[in-house]
Amino acid sequence: MNLQIAVLLGQDGITNGAIYALLALSIVLVFTVTRVLLIPQGEFVAYGALTMAAIQAGQPSAVVWLLVGLCLGSAAIDVAQHLLRSERAVPLRWLFAGKLVYPAVMVLLMYRLPLATLAMPLQIAFTLALLVPLGPLLYRLVYQPIADAPALVLLIVSIALHVSMVGVGLLVFGPGGASTTPLVDAVLEIGGVRIKAQTLCVIGVALLLIGALYLLFGRTLYGKALRAAAMNRMGARLMGISPVFAGKATFFLAALIGAMSGVLIAPMTTIYYDSGFIISLKGFVGSIIGGLVSYPLAAAGAVIVGLIEAFSAFWASTYKEIIVFTLIIPVLLWLSLTSKHVEDEE
Amino acid sequence: MSFKPLQSLVVLALAATFGAPVLAQVKIGVVTSSTGPTALVGIPQKNTVPLLPTKIGDITVEYISRDDASDPTNSVTEVKKLISEQNIDALIGPSGSPNAMGVIQFVADAGVPMLAPVGTAAVVLPMTEPKKWVFKTTQNDDIIAKALVEQMAKAKVKTLGVIALNDPYGENWVKVVGELTARHGIKIVATERFLRTDTSVTAQSLKVLSASPDAVLVAAAGGPTVLPQTTLVDQGYKGQIYQTHGAALPDFLRLGGKKVEGTILAASLMLVLPEIADSNPSKKMAMDYIAAYEKLNGSKPATFGANVYDAGLLLQKAIPIAAQKAKPGTKEFRAALRDALEQTKELVATQGVYSMTPADHSGFDDRGRELITVKDGGWKLLK
Repeated sequence: MNLQIAVLLGQDGITNGAIYALLALSIVLVFTVTRVLLIPQGEFVAYGALTMAAIQAGQPSAVVWLLVGLCLGSAAIDVAQHLLRSERAVPLRWLFAGKLVYPAVMVLLMYRLPLATLAMPLQIAFTLALLVPLGPLLYRLVYQPIADAPALVLLIVSIALHVSMVGVGLLVFGPGGASTTPLVDAVLEIGGVRIKAQTLCVIGVALLLIGALYLLFGRTLYGKALRAAAMNRMGARLMGISPVFAGKATFFLAALIGAMSGVLIAPMTTIYYDSGFIISLKGFVGSIIGGLVSYPLAAAGAVIVGLIEAFSAFWASTYKEIIVFTLIIPVLLWLSLTSKHVEDEE
Repeated sequence: MSFKPLQSLVVLALAATFGAPVLAQVKIGVVTSSTGPTALVGIPQKNTVPLLPTKIGDITVEYISRDDASDPTNSVTEVKKLISEQNIDALIGPSGSPNAMGVIQFVADAGVPMLAPVGTAAVVLPMTEPKKWVFKTTQNDDIIAKALVEQMAKAKVKTLGVIALNDPYGENWVKVVGELTARHGIKIVATERFLRTDTSVTAQSLKVLSASPDAVLVAAAGGPTVLPQTTLVDQGYKGQIYQTHGAALPDFLRLGGKKVEGTILAASLMLVLPEIADSNPSKKMAMDYIAAYEKLNGSKPATFGANVYDAGLLLQKAIPIAAQKAKPGTKEFRAALRDALEQTKELVATQGVYSMTPADHSGFDDRGRELITVKDGGWKLLK
């Protein structure tokens, strides 16, 4: 192993690590605010990559009908609650109208736009516009009715949602894999080392997203409200922060991060409808290193996972996955020995 | 063991007494992975089932198709159900190698012949008592590997790097290629593994590159065949890249694009059908199958579908022979069917010519594969 190989491996590890870090952050975010372990996070990655690939191939993706279905489902529940006049009823106003108009607009765009010839930023924007609303909609339909259930129930529901989303992914995108054209197709030579511009792009976008999250949580009222809800749900509620809003907002962010990660990773590899799980699992290992509470530790942990993955694949490719996932054991041991035991708040 | 001929004599006598079974019906169970991770393989197989022969002589054949969702546990459940509830006479499937390995013991216990359209030679080799019931309708890895290694020797390749999938398929290839290359004086300088789910094989390909082999063999199946090759090309590898028959998919060309130009692989003649001489008996069979499949499904079949179609052809030949010995639905019929399958000689099918022996339950010879290369985004016969 010489320096050049080390640099290339490091570059590979950091690129993957950046994606894992984004996923680790959103897993920590969703867990702290809603106590949901977001196992379907990986599906957003796969959906993002495959939707982007379908758009670039100029084929209208059936994923838009998933959006339509979820919007209609959510609207139907609103109507039912309105008719029954239960205490949770939302007045049927703008948001409700949006649930009907938005999917219609998306269907129209999907089948009318010259998808393949759109500029790349527009393709990305359209992919996000299709997929990000799935986050809050899934929260509304799946998690909101059981928001007060024990964490274990939420975990089981997460697994169920993961399995269903993989199934829907197979239905919508088919069993074949896909990859997309790079955001920037160039190779930079720095000191005799070839660095793909796409790599820099991934790291740049990851840093940008992390910075944006930092500003959101540090500087804005909504971000602070989410942090409050994460720290003390009951207290935040007493202060007038709606847990429904907090849940939807975190799922919005999680879907955004997931779909964006998919768009970022799609040019570098082949993504299948079921590829997302293993990617988010590595993000999960990162978030475990952060104890599922600390953002910087989770991000750092995820980058370490990426690096260990790259180097272990070089030294012992047969045992790569075993090495990566065994990493979790000493971390859990350390965490359980050092952290104070907290009673589950029920 | 002496009672068996006696038994078949009795059955023959009974059959003679009551006349040939006019409305005899044979039930064939089909288990494919039409959903789940192996769906790319299972879907063309499931779509081929309606093309299988439904009437052989005056025997009607009923196919009972089941999906195992790519899960080996499910395959076993489905197969057990087919045997106990439907009393099937033979089984076609399952799609995946691990799935097939899992059901062998159960079909052997029940005495049901199984025609496995799977890649791994482990379902028929080494031949054991349970595996006597299994017939494999794909080319064994060693036939394909022989063609590749001979080509390497011809191209004066001295050192070879291998990037293999970390599963039974890749494992078997590493073994087979290791033995063959040793015979031809080719040295394997690096053997790396990767996973189907890997998003990057940069490290493995760097390791192979640092050993600077004359050629690299990628031993994988389906979509994962592409990533190691594109990574190698991206990193500036200039040597020849070989692929196994696992790459013989439209997806390989679609995902690989320009970076897979010039790849050499050995696979079924179905890929280069127009270039095959008309004298090749398999050409007509394959063209008929493709035409029928296209008419029914509106798309061209992958070779995996042809593996199921060939299973139908094997049964078409064997069922009438077995029906002379026993009545469908009985244990004796299934045993006779197995014997008849094992005695298949020179059966022309879509992928080549089958000649089974008690030791070889795959039955392909060199007519079962062609050397193929990728040129201008399409498959071309290597000349």
